[in-house]
Amino acid sequence: MTRADPLAPPGPPSAVRRVTVEPERRRSGLTLPRAVRRTIGPVAFLLAWYVASATGALPPDVLASPVDVVSQAVQLTADGELTSAILTSGQRALTGFLLGGSIAVALALVAGLFRLGEDLIDATVGMIRTIPWVGLIPLFIIWFGIDETPKIALVALAVSFPLYFNLYGGIRAVDAQLIEAGRVLGLGRVGLIRHVILPGAVPGALVGLRYALGSAWLALVFGETVNATEGIGYLMNTAREFFQTDVIVVCLVVYAILGLISDFIVRLLGRYLLSWRSSFDGT
Amino acid sequence: MTEPSVRVRGLNREFGDRRVLTDLDIDIQPGEFVALLGHSGCGKSTLLRILAGIDAEIEGVVEVPQRRAVAFQSPRLMPWKRVWRNVVLGLPGRPDRDLAIRYLDEVGLGGHGGVWPKTLSGGEAQRVSLARALVREPELLLLDEPFGALDALTRAKAQRLVIDLWRQHGCAVLFVTHDVEESLLLADRVLVMDEGRIAHEVTVDLPRPRDVGDPTFVALRGRLLGWLGVRDASARPDTTPAS
Repeated sequence: MTRADPLAPPGPPSAVRRVTVEPERRRSGLTLPRAVRRTIGPVAFLLAWYVASATGALPPDVLASPVDVVSQAVQLTADGELTSAILTSGQRALTGFLLGGSIAVALALVAGLFRLGEDLIDATVGMIRTIPWVGLIPLFIIWFGIDETPKIALVALAVSFPLYFNLYGGIRAVDAQLIEAGRVLGLGRVGLIRHVILPGAVPGALVGLRYALGSAWLALVFGETVNATEGIGYLMNTAREFFQTDVIVVCLVVYAILGLISDFIVRLLGRYLLSWRSSFDGT
Repeated sequence: MTEPSVRVRGLNREFGDRRVLTDLDIDIQPGEFVALLGHSGCGKSTLLRILAGIDAEIEGVVEVPQRRAVAFQSPRLMPWKRVWRNVVLGLPGRPDRDLAIRYLDEVGLGGHGGVWPKTLSGGEAQRVSLARALVREPELLLLDEPFGALDALTRAKAQRLVIDLWRQHGCAVLFVTHDVEESLLLADRVLVMDEGRIAHEVTVDLPRPRDVGDPTFVALRGRLLGWLGVRDASARPDTTPAS
């Protein structure tokens, strides 16, 4: 090998060590579809739970067997108890969500669109946010009693923070260049808000909405475990007193399903509102 | 001589301590195509923004036509509005789809009215931005390096399109660029900005479409590059201006 001279013209190529790029062989043998593979874990988990219950390793007053849970769910649905509990809880969640949502949207719009509003509102909301809202339950009971009001207030509070911060952030994140372009095109203040700022804030608002719905169910669980006379939380509380672990599990599953459904609705909404973001043309 | 379309006298603009425009004068005749050349940061975009009415923290006299339109370096289309709605955005009255399509047709995108801006290529988006400017039937069209981000082929096509549109609409154009060749290909008159004022100007008396190899073109390019402080490597010594 000669010493490399940086000024020398490139000579004939010296021996280059080559490797062969092997075509990747597809592994033959047992390949399960991905969907099947992904269900193996949950199924195994349920099976282990069933076996543990059936053999008596898991006593029913610790955790009921999955079979009992299912039959309890059927039972509760058949006698209408579960349905009415879901309706009651759903109504609380919806009322609280609408209340907190409207307050949050109003505050975020004022703070996002006006400098004065920002100065007055944003710091205040930021301060209140540092209070863990679950800790407000005792105060809410003193203020609002033990009927529907404290539960709805708790949901409203939990909903308003994520919605406020994401909507406010979304408004402030709208590209200044687009606002300038809108102004040059002759849009006035109202036109800018309607055609540029609000549509630009939708992605942020949807993120906020998803968080808000998550918080709404969480707040409901907390609110309902305190002094409820109907609803899913009440069902759970009475079940606790009689060690009915199967009912508790049914209620937990119901909460989870309600959360999933609301998340699904927001995703649908997002797909509709943000169709401009993907290259998919919608037709 | 007719009344100028744009008349600027003694224009000053400061950003903090930095004086970006110094006692600047400029006239643009109706229907004239003027290119504004200069290094980046020389104040040419500032001048354009002032003429557009975006920036009004100024001293001096600025007279511009009432109907002005701008195409920016990036197309700045609202991504949440279909292309045709972008074109007529800001016009008074209900959004008029037929009007939008007519102007999109002019830039060769009549069939793209119903798509989202994100699905357009860079060149297409820039043409939509041109259609959006032209639909306002401006008396002064302000173009801020509109083709700066396009590849060479797309850019050449876009330049030809701009000339065609300018001929059809007969508006005065102020075309900001840092590309000497582009300014000479397009403009009736090229202004060179330096230290916040119009330092040099040259009239381009060549028929369009222009040939970059034409001796007059080459000579002008050498002169402009000289003013900008760049040596023209492609110019032959005999065509290089004496000073």
